Amino acid sequence: MGFTKRPTFRVERDSCRCIDCGVCVRQCANEVHYLDIDTKEVLCDSTNCSNCRRCVELCPTGALAVWGAPQETSGNAAWAVHDIRAIQAQANSGGILLTGMGSDRPMPGYFDRMMLNASQVTNPSIDPLREPMELRTFLGRKPTVLQLDDKGKPVDLPPQLELDVPIMFSAMSFGSISLNAIKSLAAAAESENTYYNTGEGGLHRDLYPFGKNTITQVASGRFGVNIDYLNAGAAIEIKIGQGAKPGIGGHLPGEKVGQGVSETRMIPLGSDAISPAPHHDIYSIEDLTQLIFSLKEATEYTKPISVKIAAVHNVAAIASGIARAGADIIAIDGYRGGTGATPLRIRDHVGIPIELALAAVDSRLRDEGIRQEVSIVVGGSMRHSADVIKAIALGADAVYIATAALISLGCHVCQKCYTGKCNWGIATQNPQLVKRLNPEIGARRAANLLRAWKHELKEMLGGMGINAVESLRGNRLMLRGVGMMDSELRILGIKAAGE
Amino acid sequence: MLREGDIRIPSGCAISGFINRKGNTVSGEQIIRSIALMHERSNGLGGGFAAYGIYPEFRDYFAFHLFYENHAVREETERYLNKNFNMEMGGPIPTRKTTGIRNLPLIWRYFVKPKLELLYQDEMNTNEFVVERVMEINSSMPGAYVFSSGKNMGAFKGVGYPEDIGEFYRLEEYKGHIWTAHGRFPTNTPGWWGGAHPFTLLDWSIVHNGEISSYDANRRYLEMFGHKCTLQTDTEAITYIFDLLVRKHGLPLDVAVAVVAPPFWNEIDRMPPEKRAIHRAARLVYSSLLINGPFSIVLGSSRGIMALNDRIKLRPLTAAEKGDFLYVASEESAIREICPQPDRVWMPRGGEPVIGLLNDQALQAEEEEGMLHMAVGERTSRS
Repeated sequence: MGFTKRPTFRVERDSCRCIDCGVCVRQCANEVHYLDIDTKEVLCDSTNCSNCRRCVELCPTGALAVWGAPQETSGNAAWAVHDIRAIQAQANSGGILLTGMGSDRPMPGYFDRMMLNASQVTNPSIDPLREPMELRTFLGRKPTVLQLDDKGKPVDLPPQLELDVPIMFSAMSFGSISLNAIKSLAAAAESENTYYNTGEGGLHRDLYPFGKNTITQVASGRFGVNIDYLNAGAAIEIKIGQGAKPGIGGHLPGEKVGQGVSETRMIPLGSDAISPAPHHDIYSIEDLTQLIFSLKEATEYTKPISVKIAAVHNVAAIASGIARAGADIIAIDGYRGGTGATPLRIRDHVGIPIELALAAVDSRLRDEGIRQEVSIVVGGSMRHSADVIKAIALGADAVYIATAALISLGCHVCQKCYTGKCNWGIATQNPQLVKRLNPEIGARRAANLLRAWKHELKEMLGGMGINAVESLRGNRLMLRGVGMMDSELRILGIKAAGE
Repeated sequence: MLREGDIRIPSGCAISGFINRKGNTVSGEQIIRSIALMHERSNGLGGGFAAYGIYPEFRDYFAFHLFYENHAVREETERYLNKNFNMEMGGPIPTRKTTGIRNLPLIWRYFVKPKLELLYQDEMNTNEFVVERVMEINSSMPGAYVFSSGKNMGAFKGVGYPEDIGEFYRLEEYKGHIWTAHGRFPTNTPGWWGGAHPFTLLDWSIVHNGEISSYDANRRYLEMFGHKCTLQTDTEAITYIFDLLVRKHGLPLDVAVAVVAPPFWNEIDRMPPEKRAIHRAARLVYSSLLINGPFSIVLGSSRGIMALNDRIKLRPLTAAEKGDFLYVASEESAIREICPQPDRVWMPRGGEPVIGLLNDQALQAEEEEGMLHMAVGERTSRS
């Protein structure tokens, strides 16, 4: 009855091209490649291959390819191969199935069913190469009425984050990703004048110089939270939940808690870092108010406070409560949002699509007349600039990206972040692997991604005859739905294409 | 086919307007000539006028102009009006039979004051009360539409070329110190009289040329504050934006201009600190009220007029002065038609308002409680 582990992928080595140089052997932390001591030949055993493609990309002679492995069962329409495999694995282990990154199930993607508008005849499109095109975005609480003092000067506004592009790097902790990965994102955020987020991993001392581009996170484990940490960033985010694992906590295994992580998180070396599922001082909305204002008091009302939640069924009412609790920014993470480690079933079956959650929240806050009081930031699989612009048209002020940012650093979406064996030096604390990611090159690549998207955003805005991004925010007439049911169109607040 | 209000209809247009700053009145004949010159900028599917100072004998009364689809709706609406207002006079607006004007609705006019007991009961100021009742009629009484509701002013509009509409309403018989006009070129054939310009609320009136690309962002923001955008037109939204900023939020007109047609950030960044602070605050707080995309508008109120272009001037607008008169129009020719030798003619820059206010003497004659504030300051000036 025992089931041996079978490869999911098959590595193919073209023996005509392979020169037995051993690069692949040194690069693969999964030990797929090995040197046969007798024959001095480089061989491979595909069993542990994650399809991270490190060997393929680094092979100097292009001798390697990775394919999906033929399976001993082909599954059927009811029982897919991955279902059968999962049962076999659980029958072996008796444990919860773990995975990494966002859900890969073929659920409906609403972004892909929304089309953007463009100007024709009745108003001119605007060419961003010839005319100014503004993406500057401010996140934070805005008063409903602009108050002028006796001399006609505006009274001070609440603190704001100022972004040159409405895209930020989403929360990823030191621990879940390497210091070099965080340094890359922090430097890219600095060069493009936006923000990265510490996650709940605390702030490594090397990152303090990037404070003005940092959002520090306060999560249920409170790792690394002290007054210097709170004061170091430009904003503070209270993390209630995330899209990849709504309703559950986190667990950084002790083997990842080395010297750096231990110091930064303020926990003993080698100890497990366990984030509880709820904050144990937030059992209701009134408790959230207290935490928001504790943080505001601690930082003397100089920083906007964000509250991050996973997109769940009742997200609109929850968001309204958060706005009324005093949050300045609400961050919503859709069910496709990524993570370093999460139970497979939670990732794939809990939460709702970000497009619907965003539309519902934006509409609800407008119905209650409080939309202007908070900024909305959404994340959870923003794959490209068109997703970003559609999110803004639905009502977001800005978006968070994480998976896309990691892909720019070298991630190949193998979904094995939880193993700590990331061959690209991203989701690992192994010094040998971490040093593969050069933070200067990483910063350049992540900044390039932001700049590329920025150009695309400007082109699309100009096509719509808009030259300031705020004029697109919540401008749902710029969207039309294709292939959607009436209820979906109604929730998204958009018309069907052709209407 | 859906009527305007059920569907959004973009349109291009001609606009014209002038003010006599001393408050001297002129007949409607001049403005008709001016707008008629730009005949080819409209297509016969909408024309209209706003006139200020035309009802001096009723200066304390709100002048309601209404379109009705039939007499049953009229009677129902009049019952509603009588319940909420004391009516000094009411009746059909005088018109004449005019070639090219067909499918008329019933067009009636009432001079009313809100019932005091209701004002006290609702603890509302008069303007707020009137706005609420106008919104109520327009959104929940199908077949009735209030197209003018200010004091000592009125809108006259319909489906047709503007010069025909002017003749139809016998505008040469009215005398006003501010006149604005509009010829419409909708890209559709709604044939509904309420969809023509000007669009008005209290003594605001707007004539507008353009198609704003920020429409839904503007509309959804406005609707949070009780403005119901029943017409789905840009002009309606623009009127409500000024109503919200200037009347409800009490902002000076120059700050309102800094909201709807703001300078670009890189220009704001270079401003001296005080100017930068007000521009930054205006854009931050009211980012959803930036009017994006092409427009030229003439905003009328009992205190004066303001003409404004979008911030990159995607629609034509010319201004001229002669003596006490300030003229604005889509084309210079439309000004020269009625003022052949102006003292000065210029093309205002994008986002640079042209403002003509009644002078103090004229204002005193007009001054009354609840007038709309059109104070202007230098602090946001961009030149």
